[in-house]
Amino acid sequence: MSVPVELQVEPAGISARLSSWRLLMNNRLAAAGLVALVLIGMAMLLVPVLPLADPDVTAPADRLKPVLAAGHPLGTDQLGRDMLSRLLWGARVSVAVGFAATLIAAVIGSAIGLVAGYAGGRTDNLMMRGIDMLMAFPYILLALAIVAALGPGLMNALYAIAVVNIPFFARNVRGVTLGLARREFVDAARLSGKGHLAVLATEVLPNVLPVIVITMSTTAGWMILETAGLSFLGLGAQPPQADLGSMLGEGRAQLFTAPHVSIVPGLMIFLLVISLNVLGDGIRDVLDPRLRSGALARPGPVTDIAADRGSFEPGARGSALSIRNLETGFLSAGGFVPAVRSVSLDLAPGECLGLIGESGSGKSVTALSVMGLVASPPGFIRDGAIYLGDEDVLAMSQTRLIASRGSRVAYIFQDPLTSLHPMYPIGRQVEEAIGAHQRMGRGERREKAVALLEKVGIPDARDRAAHYPHQLSGGQRQRVGIAMALANDPDIIIADEPTTALDVTVQARILELLRDLQRERNLALLFITHDFGVVAEICDRVAVMRDGEIVETGPTGKVLASPQHAYTRRLIACVPELGLGDTFLDRIEHLFKQPKAEAQT
Amino acid sequence: MSEAAIRTQGLSKTFGGRRTLLGRTRHEIRAVKDVSLELRRGETLAVVGESGSGKSTLARMLVGLEEPTSGRIRIGGRDAMEMRREGPRAFGRMIQYVFQDPVASLNPRKSIGQILDAPLQILCRYDHSGRRERIQELLDAVQMPGDTLSRYPHEFSGGQAQRIAIARALAAEAEIMVLDEPVSALDVSVQAQVLLLLRDLKRRFALSYLVISHDLAVVEAISDRVAVMHFGDIVEEAPAGRLFADPQHDYTRKLLASAPRIRKE
Repeated sequence: MSVPVELQVEPAGISARLSSWRLLMNNRLAAAGLVALVLIGMAMLLVPVLPLADPDVTAPADRLKPVLAAGHPLGTDQLGRDMLSRLLWGARVSVAVGFAATLIAAVIGSAIGLVAGYAGGRTDNLMMRGIDMLMAFPYILLALAIVAALGPGLMNALYAIAVVNIPFFARNVRGVTLGLARREFVDAARLSGKGHLAVLATEVLPNVLPVIVITMSTTAGWMILETAGLSFLGLGAQPPQADLGSMLGEGRAQLFTAPHVSIVPGLMIFLLVISLNVLGDGIRDVLDPRLRSGALARPGPVTDIAADRGSFEPGARGSALSIRNLETGFLSAGGFVPAVRSVSLDLAPGECLGLIGESGSGKSVTALSVMGLVASPPGFIRDGAIYLGDEDVLAMSQTRLIASRGSRVAYIFQDPLTSLHPMYPIGRQVEEAIGAHQRMGRGERREKAVALLEKVGIPDARDRAAHYPHQLSGGQRQRVGIAMALANDPDIIIADEPTTALDVTVQARILELLRDLQRERNLALLFITHDFGVVAEICDRVAVMRDGEIVETGPTGKVLASPQHAYTRRLIACVPELGLGDTFLDRIEHLFKQPKAEAQT
Repeated sequence: MSEAAIRTQGLSKTFGGRRTLLGRTRHEIRAVKDVSLELRRGETLAVVGESGSGKSTLARMLVGLEEPTSGRIRIGGRDAMEMRREGPRAFGRMIQYVFQDPVASLNPRKSIGQILDAPLQILCRYDHSGRRERIQELLDAVQMPGDTLSRYPHEFSGGQAQRIAIARALAAEAEIMVLDEPVSALDVSVQAQVLLLLRDLKRRFALSYLVISHDLAVVEAISDRVAVMHFGDIVEEAPAGRLFADPQHDYTRKLLASAPRIRKE
């Protein structure tokens, strides 16, 4: 099973790395920022060898020459110094100070953040309150105070800017570390004998590094601006040394007679900061796994369906749901990857059909395809037909399909804690489900919601309706999920691993509830699970899935007692059962003995 | 050798309950209440319970990831607190832990080689060539291919990741292993293979297992003795055969009755 996965691993790893670069280049703004920065950086590195005039030699006779004057492409300043030369030398100083400050702030701030987040408790409290104190002052005031205490000068300005920016790093890094420090791999490293320092440096830091890089790239431009600000006020670079801020400050007096003296360094600052910022944003987008996985790309309301799918007749007469030759998969850079292939199922009214398979077998994709709920992009239904009664879902208009969700086919999901909204009381969520399809007054709707909650066995339903999901136990939350599914009297309920997250005693009661409701309302139930025991408890028929295909279908008792397909036999043999005791392992041993490669799954 | 592998006496763990600055008492949760149990050398003891029963907290206390509120733990005849004071080395070579979620227990930014190297270097103090040899032995023991070492955790399936996690626990050469739901995140066929692997390793390296699980059928397949936990208490403890054939406590009976079965009699 794992062999194809392993084969794909190497190329996938390389393409992932390639695509980070490609992703960055696809972002035009970031690419432009990068190009501008590379050009400026090259110019600055080459300054010492370029045939430029000495930036500090004054020539009062040539003062305030305009742009494009002979021998001075960018003119001269109020002391007759060459502007181009001063601009490049000055940018060199500003950028060096800005980056040095970023680096210092990053190292100190990250160290504080790492220790505070990892140690937690009192250490965290003390350190973060210190950081809060730094943040309590307006940053420029704080920088001014630091420079005032240390005396003006470029180095002191650098320290001031670094100190002022420590909190940004400390807070960002602490937040991430806090989450990582409680992770299992950190515990595991401690059990491997690593001390706290080693754990921080070798386990936590590599995971925090992307955050530090992102923070650096987004604050570097800001730091250059602050350096310029301090120099502009005369607290940074001292004359005659050139620096973008001091050039701006000196040019201020000539703003009306010779505007180029201040506009030229101003433009340079603008160019530097804007290109750093767009590049920083680009890097953040590339490194943030959430943005990268396309979490921000909103899926369409309905799964994309191929226009040229074949025509299929519904299966058995009178089926509530009939899936014919369904082929659903995902579109990726490499083309269409099918997750489900030529799946055909029939579900009669009042019947419970179990769909069983191991992870990755395509059972959930099959279930979500029924109402076009596979997220698109990348989901794509390439072929097949899905009949509700005698109407093909895949041929329905979008509005009709959306109107059928909940009213004709309802879903129950695995983890009600994630499918219920944490901020609304459960009663209101059930009312919302009713209101989606039925028009009735508020009072009436509330009554119906309470009745539904009572129906699914929530005690004191009227009071409980005002509770929030987190106040309920897992089993009760799942009951609310079932109440919402029942709200509009659907003909079919699709339950996707509804009891997997529950304890066995709770699971037994939820299964009982589902079975009773199904009988009472003559519901067709498509029950997706990986557990043969659960199938035996509730399903009339069962379909076994493997690698996107159905390998065997039949009445539950028959499939479980005498499975026809080798895969089903093997799967059932692997399920430990009460009463077998330690003979179970002896019994399955031979299954994994012969093919050595198989044992490496 | 007569000394038990693990023996706890009156072990308790309470979360919260301390006074705040204003003198109010915080909400108190007694996760583990006065638990005394014994894991004999070479046996498999299973602790069974539902979520919230305190079984994971108990396991975490045994391996030193959680500080007990009161009570004593003796591991291999020595006091656990005393051993921990000597540093992580003495402790880590005595008892190791396998986590429930194998993928989460492997650092995503480290190669498998680096992950397996840490315990060999720090706990066993092997030199470079010794470590290479041992890593190869470990990979063979958990039946993983040799090219595993240069790869990263996300490249492996759940079952493979659990094999790697087991290899890491074995690396420390500890005789006692605490396994916290070692197969509950795995598909049944993979689960069966990992259970077989655990049995083989136990025989080969003379290990003692303390297995935490909620799955009664798995427990019955692998354990010698079973302790049932309910709200922080051990309500029943018996040899596996007797507990499953003739449960004494009401809660045990309820658990057994709730377990779904393939073949109903």
